[in-house]
Amino acid sequence: MKQRQILNSQQIDLVITRLCFQLIEVHNDFSQSVILGIQPRGIHLAQRIHKIISTIVRKKDIKCGTLDITFYRDDFRQKELIPSSTQIDFDIENKNVILVDDVLYTGRTVRAALDAMLALGRPKDVELVALIDRRLSRNVPIHAKYIGKIIDSIASEKVLVHWKETDGKDEVILMTEKTND
Amino acid sequence: MTKLSTPHLLGIKDLTASDIELIFKTTDNFKNIINRPIKKVPSLRDITIANLFFESSTRTRISFELAEKRLSADVINFSSSGSSVKKGETLIDTVNNILAMKVDMVVMRHPAPGAAHFLSKNVNAKIVNAGDGTHEHPTQALLDAYSIRQKFGKVRGKKVVIIGDILHSRVALSNIYCLKKLGVEVMVCGPTTLIPKYITSLGVKVEHHLRKALQWCDVANILRIQLERQDIKYFPTLREYSMQYGVNKTLLDSLKKEITIMHPGPINRGVEITSDVADSKQSIILEQVENGVAIRMAVLYLLAGRHEEN
Repeated sequence: MKQRQILNSQQIDLVITRLCFQLIEVHNDFSQSVILGIQPRGIHLAQRIHKIISTIVRKKDIKCGTLDITFYRDDFRQKELIPSSTQIDFDIENKNVILVDDVLYTGRTVRAALDAMLALGRPKDVELVALIDRRLSRNVPIHAKYIGKIIDSIASEKVLVHWKETDGKDEVILMTEKTND
Repeated sequence: MTKLSTPHLLGIKDLTASDIELIFKTTDNFKNIINRPIKKVPSLRDITIANLFFESSTRTRISFELAEKRLSADVINFSSSGSSVKKGETLIDTVNNILAMKVDMVVMRHPAPGAAHFLSKNVNAKIVNAGDGTHEHPTQALLDAYSIRQKFGKVRGKKVVIIGDILHSRVALSNIYCLKKLGVEVMVCGPTTLIPKYITSLGVKVEHHLRKALQWCDVANILRIQLERQDIKYFPTLREYSMQYGVNKTLLDSLKKEITIMHPGPINRGVEITSDVADSKQSIILEQVENGVAIRMAVLYLLAGRHEEN
C-alpha cells in the first residue's frame, strides 16, 4: 500500500476552524442547536468543533454528545462491530442537530445515525458535518452541508483520519494499492 | 474480542471469561437503550426467533420475549401444553417443523438435562438454552454476575454464597461456572442431602451452617426449594428447612456487615427468604430482573451477529 498525506496537522486545524465559522454563521449562539459526534471516529471532530465554537461565541453551555449507531447498521451480519456508548444528556426534541463524522463515504453510517437519532426524539432540523467527503462512492442519497475537504478516490483506496487523541497525531492519509508503473 | 467463541449458548461451561466480558459490555449498551423513551433497536429485524417452553416459566419467558421484541425480531411462542407434543411428537420433529417455517434461532426450556445440547447437534438453528432440567440456566447466571458487577463495580475477588437446593438447581450450577470463570470465591450452603457429593470438584467451598456462610460472604444468592424435582424427601418438613436455612431479618441484622441479597425467583416467601429481607434495601432481586432483559438482548444480538468463517 502506498501512503500519501492529504492533510497535515496544521491544515486540519485550519479546516476545522473554517467549519466552525460556517456553523456559527448558521447557528448564531447555538441556543437551539446541539452537536452530535458519531461513534467511534466522529467524536474527536465533534469535540474539537465544540471547543472552538465555545471559545468563539463565548458560551459554556453549548451541548455536545456522542451517538452510537452499531445497533442501527444495515451491515450487522457482514462485519464484526463493537458498540460504543451513546452519551446525550440533553433533549434533542425540536433542536437543530449537527451530526459530525470524520469521513463521509457510502453514506450508510449517516443513514444509520439518522435512525439512531430519531429514537431519541424528533429534531427540528438535521445537518451533517464531514471532515472528508469521498463524493464518488455514495450508496445512498446523503450529502454533507459542511465539508472539510473533498477527495475523489476510488473504492480500492482507503482514507484514514488520525487523531491526536487516539493515534498520536492529526493527519489524513490516502492509501493506494501499489501498481507497477 | 468482538464475537463469542460459540455459535450457541448452551451453558456457561462452554464460554470463556472473555466471552462473558463481551456479553457484559454489550449488555451495558442495551441497558442504556432500554432506559430510553424508545426502547427498540432494529438490529434483528430480519431474524425470527422461536421460544419453545416445555416447562413452565414466567420471568425467563417474558424476559426473552421482551428482549427479542426490543431487538425488533419476529417472535413465536410455543408451550408444550396444548401442542402436538401431547400427541407423541419427538423433540427433533417438533423443532424441525417449526424451523421449516424459516425460523433462525430457538430459545428453549426443557425438563431434560442436555436437551439444548442434543438439539444443537441435530437441527440447523442457533440454540439458546433457557434452562435444561437440573443442568444449566446460562442467561440467569450471566444476569446474576452482571448484577453483582453493577452493584460492586467489579466481580473479581468477591465472595458469593449460593444457599438452598443446590442438587436440583440449574441456576446454582451455571452460577458456579460463571462466577469461577470471573474469579469469584464461591461457597454453597444447604442441608447435606441437597448438596451434590462431588460439588467440591468445581472448586467451591461447602458450608452447612447458614450463619457462618452469611458471615463469610459479600453476596448471598438464595434459591428456591424445587419440590417439583424432588422425588424423595430430602428434609423432614419445609418448616424445619426454613428454621435452619431460611434467611430472615434478625439473622442478617446480627451479622457484622451488610451483605447483598439475590434470588433468581420465583420466591417462596417465608420458606427460603422472609418478606422483610426480600423487600429490603439489601436485596437486588428486582435489579436482577431488569438486567435480565438487557443480558438476553446482548446474548441474542451477539449470537445473531456471529457469522461463520469461510
